[in-house]
Amino acid sequence: MNDGILALDAASLAAAVRSGEVTAVEVVETYLAQISVQEPEVGAFLSIDAEAAISAAAALDRARESGEELGPLAGVPVALKDNLCTTGFPTTAASRILEGWIPPYNATVVDRVLAAGGIAIGKTNLDEFAMGSSTENSGYKITRNPHDLDRVPGGSSGGSAAAVVSRMALLALGSDTGGSIRQPASLTGIVGLKPTYGRVSRYGLLAFASSLDQIGPMAATVKDAALMAEVIFGHDPMDATSLAVPVPALVDGIEGGVRSLRIGLVSNLLEVAAPAVAAAVERAAAALAGEGATVETVAIPELSLGLPAYYVVAPAEASSNLARYDGVRYGFRGEGATAEEMMVSSRSEGFGAEVKRRIMLGTYALSAGYYDAFYLRAQRVRSLVRSAFQEAYSRFDLLLSPTSPTTAFKIGERSDDPVEMYRSDVCTIPSNLSGDPAISVPFGKEGGLPIGVQLMGPALAEERLLRAAYALEAGWSGE
Amino acid sequence: MGEWEAVIGLEVHTELRTATKLFCGCPNAFGVEPNTSVCPVCLGLPGSLPVLNAKAVELAITVGLALSSRIQPSQFHRKNYFYPDMPKDYQISQYDVPVNAGGAVALRSGKVVGIVRAHLEEDTGKLVHRGGGGRIGGAEYSLIDYNRSGVPLLEIVSEPEISSAEEAKEYVSELRAILVATGASDGRMEEGSLRVDANVSVRPSGSAELRTRVEIKNVNSLRSLGRAIGYEIERQIAVYEGGGSILQQTRHFDEASGETLPLRAKEEANDYRYFPEPDLPPISPLPAEVERIASELPLLPAGRRSRLFELVEGASPDQVEVAIAEEVWPYVTASIDFGVAPELVLARAANELVALIGDAGLLTPLRFAEVVALEERFSPSQVKLLLKGAVGFDGTVEELVARVGLSSSGAEDARAMIKEVVEANPEEWGRFVAGDAKVGGFLLGQVMRKFGRAISGAQARAALDELASGAAGE
Amino acid sequence: MTSGISKADVVHVARLARLRLSSGEIAMYQEQLSRILDLVGEMDDDRLAVMPAMAHTQDLVNVLREDVPRPGLERERLLGSAPDTEGEFFRIPKILGEPE
Ligand SMILES: [Mg+2]
Ligand SMILES: [Zn+2]
Repeated sequence: MNDGILALDAASLAAAVRSGEVTAVEVVETYLAQISVQEPEVGAFLSIDAEAAISAAAALDRARESGEELGPLAGVPVALKDNLCTTGFPTTAASRILEGWIPPYNATVVDRVLAAGGIAIGKTNLDEFAMGSSTENSGYKITRNPHDLDRVPGGSSGGSAAAVVSRMALLALGSDTGGSIRQPASLTGIVGLKPTYGRVSRYGLLAFASSLDQIGPMAATVKDAALMAEVIFGHDPMDATSLAVPVPALVDGIEGGVRSLRIGLVSNLLEVAAPAVAAAVERAAAALAGEGATVETVAIPELSLGLPAYYVVAPAEASSNLARYDGVRYGFRGEGATAEEMMVSSRSEGFGAEVKRRIMLGTYALSAGYYDAFYLRAQRVRSLVRSAFQEAYSRFDLLLSPTSPTTAFKIGERSDDPVEMYRSDVCTIPSNLSGDPAISVPFGKEGGLPIGVQLMGPALAEERLLRAAYALEAGWSGE
Repeated sequence: MGEWEAVIGLEVHTELRTATKLFCGCPNAFGVEPNTSVCPVCLGLPGSLPVLNAKAVELAITVGLALSSRIQPSQFHRKNYFYPDMPKDYQISQYDVPVNAGGAVALRSGKVVGIVRAHLEEDTGKLVHRGGGGRIGGAEYSLIDYNRSGVPLLEIVSEPEISSAEEAKEYVSELRAILVATGASDGRMEEGSLRVDANVSVRPSGSAELRTRVEIKNVNSLRSLGRAIGYEIERQIAVYEGGGSILQQTRHFDEASGETLPLRAKEEANDYRYFPEPDLPPISPLPAEVERIASELPLLPAGRRSRLFELVEGASPDQVEVAIAEEVWPYVTASIDFGVAPELVLARAANELVALIGDAGLLTPLRFAEVVALEERFSPSQVKLLLKGAVGFDGTVEELVARVGLSSSGAEDARAMIKEVVEANPEEWGRFVAGDAKVGGFLLGQVMRKFGRAISGAQARAALDELASGAAGE
Repeated sequence: MTSGISKADVVHVARLARLRLSSGEIAMYQEQLSRILDLVGEMDDDRLAVMPAMAHTQDLVNVLREDVPRPGLERERLLGSAPDTEGEFFRIPKILGEPE
């Protein structure tokens, strides 16, 4: 039965648990066994609580036996990025400054997953405070790409991606500020959706850049991602930026196809990609056209301005969001004879190099004399990017591009050069700046390494995005 | 000191009277157990997000309307600086687009002080310093209570148009009265719900220059404010006359010595790195909502004042000030509406009511009106007795009159009894009328001995006082 | 736009951000931040002058909460995860100066 359990997608697994065909405990034990094999090599998790997972599963089974209707994720093992607050696990954002901190509350998304019957199997590794594209910036460990253990899984949601692709969890939650869901999904060969800003409550997400951060699903298939999206979407009164709009049915219409959809292939983003990646995107375009979509090439040069703007806005917000880690109320406290010295020690010893780099950059961009040239200018670029998108979406239903310019790179290969690392986010950043949804879908491989393609859509167009992603997924037979 | 004039601007922070804090549902409570009115939001726990309290916005607009400010669309910003009583190490405040812009406060003297802005922001937690006498300077360590963290504040910034310590006090007390009248604040300076910082500079009289200003913090009463500003003006004049110059600095008022003392100088100028708060969408007050708030605005102190001066020609300004006070005003309006002569209302409110108001008990505004209206039937001293009696009496007015022993027949009888005793003791009576209050006891004793239970002590006292005031007036 | 950032800038920014840097780190950040600022310098387009600064991606306005109390957190739980406490308070070393 174990291999059978691992072969089921989320909807089928939850259906099997709901009907009693398998028990949630069997499911969790199967996944824990998988973890015991995979985790020593991959290193996807920062914390796992097998006992709690089994007892949550047992409670679910008892509820079913007593006639209770179980939810859409009944018994499904879910991995949670460690920047989501959980009362059952420490929450560190992979930073030493929060070592051992157990939040007194759950993030809204965590509550929703649990209420839907999902089993929180563990907390996944990330670049410290989600700042990075390789998961090498974790304060605790390096996560490896299951396709090639010498390579990175991407980041910052690298732990969640690695957990899903090695079947240590069936679904995962990630967060995406500049591509942190889509890029690791691309590098590990899974599906990652960054929803419209405001679709998913950020309450309980340790903030990196508040105007860009968005939580989203990571899954092995488009349908699984859609199922997870239905669970976590929806208004939350605890988040003032959460949208009070109805949640569309995402799974039901997913097989609707792309006939008559107008899709723009973004040529200037294609140009930055490695040849194999560009070729995969072109094959994806052809596949969509083959399914009845109209595909046309379009240049949107404004999107390239997104990258420099992002590296002002995100660090600026981060410098403020991360001020609270001062050793006073929770987390790591450094030595100091005075409160001022103690705060400086706590921050200097508690944060890693990349986090400090971005705090410094953001502080500089906001400081007197530089605000107009950096922060204000970057906010104007956001308007420009958004209006360029709006113009494009008046002619196209969706846009197609690479997710990442390259496939997974070697561990350590880019860590000496932050700028080179930053440049790899060029395709994913624009949708964060505009607040629009985007998804990465596996479409091809190069030298055994997965390639993802990105579909972008206008605000609230997740249903269309998932439908096209599903068509793409079906159009690629794998290798 | 004719050659110098002071230039003073005041920043008044007032806590708003909401049920909950500005960005979370924690009770906005004073004096509860330390660190019990807290949640992830007001403790700035990782992952928490602010959601704006509608009531705080409404109160801010109420005050803005009361100050004749322009109510405008606004946006919160983050003011970034590190301090351990501030959980997020930034304060959510309003910066270039405050909810209320401009405005004015008219002082009793007729002077009008301009308002720059009145904006919403969150309060910090409270530090308790241990060791070194509880002062920040010599303390060994500090403790933090975050109950106050996130309590809504309205910061009201005046133009630098105040020119003396006395005027500063007048401004604050007028502003305070406005805040209390609108229900926005309880105005308690001692409890810290109203806090004043003063920016003070001096310049040669008649000049238009603005010299270096000094900010005085930590004044917690009107009296201290006056003393602190007065001291600072003198100090600055002395420095200039001695050929020195004033440093831009923050000074703290020391109650004990009456001096302002410099706070530890900062190594560098502050750089708050303000930027729009991404977690909070902008506010854009709906015109209909602003109109509704305006229509519900109570009569403000200035309006109350002019109404009374209109009703009572040549009214005593002191009596008027007492009558317009927040706790007195409902009694005044109830009585005037009841048809009592305004002069009389003013006199009874300023003299008798004020003494009772701290513990008014069952003496409601309506009851006050009913009793004061009886002054057609009873003497002033009897009315005073009735007011006192009303504090603890729950019945009709006539029952109250009977209870105090002033039902018409009773009063008549009492007057007769007193007359009898007075005529029997002419010498003592003469002394009493002349002002020797001690003899009153003797006279009352005689009444009680002679008539016993037929008259109450209060009745006797009232009749005696009445007779005496009649005799003295002759 | 700017090219490069001075050592003094790095020191100033570190102080604002409450970070202590070794001299090696100062040199490293000076070099790296300068290169990042070069990247940031690519924000160049004639249309930027007429573009509004965009603080929010959404057009939300007046998102307000009713003034109704909600239960908060248990004090023991909060103090339990604090680095240092005394009685019912959070405890910190002595404070040198007051904030502005
Ligand atoms: Mg302020
Ligand atoms: Zn709270």
